[in-house]
Amino acid sequence: MAMTDHLAIEVEGLRMRYGTTDVLHDVSFQVRQGEMLALLGPNGAGKTSTIEILEGFRMRSAGRVAVLGADPAHGTEEWRARIGIVLQSWRDHPKWRVRELLAFQGSLYEPYSTARIRRPWEVDDLLAAVGLTEQAGKPISTLSGGQRRRLDVAIGLVGRPELVFLDEPTTGLDPKARRDFHALVRRIRDDLESTVLITTHDLDEAEKLADRIVILTGGRIVADGTSEQLARKIVGHDEVRWVQGGEHLVRYVPDSTAFARELFAREGEDIRELELRRASLEETYLTLVRNAESDGTEAAEVEPEPNGASR
Amino acid sequence: MTAVTHALRAGIGRGLIELRQAFTGTELVNQLLWPVATLVAVFFLRDMAIGTTGLTLGTIILPGTLGMFVALGLLLVVQQLAADREDGTLLRAKATPNGIRAYLVGKLVQISATILAYLAIILIPGVFLVDGLDVADPQSWITFAWVLVLGLVATQTIGAILGSLVATPRGAGYLSLPVLGLIAISGIFAPITGLPEWLQWIAQVFPIYWLGLGMRASFLPDDAVVVEIGESWRQLETAAVLGAWAIVGLVLAPVVLRRMARRESGSRVAERREKALQRVG
Repeated sequence: MAMTDHLAIEVEGLRMRYGTTDVLHDVSFQVRQGEMLALLGPNGAGKTSTIEILEGFRMRSAGRVAVLGADPAHGTEEWRARIGIVLQSWRDHPKWRVRELLAFQGSLYEPYSTARIRRPWEVDDLLAAVGLTEQAGKPISTLSGGQRRRLDVAIGLVGRPELVFLDEPTTGLDPKARRDFHALVRRIRDDLESTVLITTHDLDEAEKLADRIVILTGGRIVADGTSEQLARKIVGHDEVRWVQGGEHLVRYVPDSTAFARELFAREGEDIRELELRRASLEETYLTLVRNAESDGTEAAEVEPEPNGASR
Repeated sequence: MTAVTHALRAGIGRGLIELRQAFTGTELVNQLLWPVATLVAVFFLRDMAIGTTGLTLGTIILPGTLGMFVALGLLLVVQQLAADREDGTLLRAKATPNGIRAYLVGKLVQISATILAYLAIILIPGVFLVDGLDVADPQSWITFAWVLVLGLVATQTIGAILGSLVATPRGAGYLSLPVLGLIAISGIFAPITGLPEWLQWIAQVFPIYWLGLGMRASFLPDDAVVVEIGESWRQLETAAVLGAWAIVGLVLAPVVLRRMARRESGSRVAERREKALQRVG
């Protein structure tokens, strides 16, 4: 499979069909080595299908996929050893003690230790890194939600993976546990220099954590870029409302200030009740998702329809 | 190769950890319940004479129950596989290099050791409880050993196949009904020759009957053979039937298990959790 050394994940023309329903249509994106990419989209957008195909847990219907240079549908145990997976919510091994499970999981990575990457991560160091030193001897079933998620991260990282999948990792966490989790992910990423792919339906989370965001909705990619690029590219349309001659008017324009200046210059005294609202990235994201859901056909369209003045 | 031996070692360690969990705290009560109940039953039947054999019902039942507990390994595998699938333990294994291999080795180690513990709980006090068990003869232990090994392999591999096929812990629960039915007709609690012939034939298809027979052959004196089919211990047939089940199990289990493991993914585990919550809520 032709792939440059700099790409950790390469997806091209990926399609997924369950029965007669297509859940992924022609999805293509790349993740560079060392990059942290967020796959952002509402529930049911196809994020989980995509990540499960990349993890080697699900067969694709069509398309080309390379993860760390191999097709995940035929990933070897050695390939598996280079990948860490943190799922939405694990409830496994409730009776095991924290240290016991980490040591067991880690021991399976020992044969895959290399001169460059020593595997596994030493258990006590790892426990300290995720802040579970005090819980090391406790049964896993007694951990709080946030502690359990940190353990899941630790298990995902115990083999010092070159690529980490985080599938909706903060779903169900309270705001503080979420903030702690974000700090943990950033810190650990700096330590490991791993490539990270995170799926989330939370724009805020994607903006905070990721170098680059790919927006997936209705099984299609509708935007791909850094949060600044996305902001520049799709947050161009501010909402301008005013009353003129008894009529309520609305217009969406790229530069609301310039538009207003021009409007006053042209119409002068006639303008009343002028309102300018800069669209946030979040609103634009929601518009994008809504548009894709309503027509679904021309999803490559990145910009929201600039409606003309309307009643 | 080194990774495989590594996984075997890790799997044995895993089995011992799970074994400790199975015999600590409240779990211990569950573990002791059935072997102790069996002992109690044997105790009350220890004086009940059987025909002209000079043996008591208690003496005849005790070795048969050893066979029964070996066969129950099948249900243990089914139940644990279903539970481990539902809570994601199996998916975790799948996400780890050689994890499924280590998981299975661990399971077999833990369940085999659990069964050995059951047998010890029954046999050690049992020897003092009933008269006439042949435990001093080395030949008894040789027979016991091969029946035990064939039985463990046959029942646990078949258990792994059934466990892969049933979808939920509830399905695993239903499976215990036919197994209990088989125990009832397998000559463990009463001589099989007292049953209608067609029931005898059904019983002889399955390993439970042969496990009971093999254990009786190990520990009962030769006179006791008169209550068996054809008044023979039929050791050759025992080895053949248990061996056949073991081979079927060994050949099919990896195929079925691999197919089941292939289908595991995060969304499947989440789906099952949703369903389980709906049942509760």
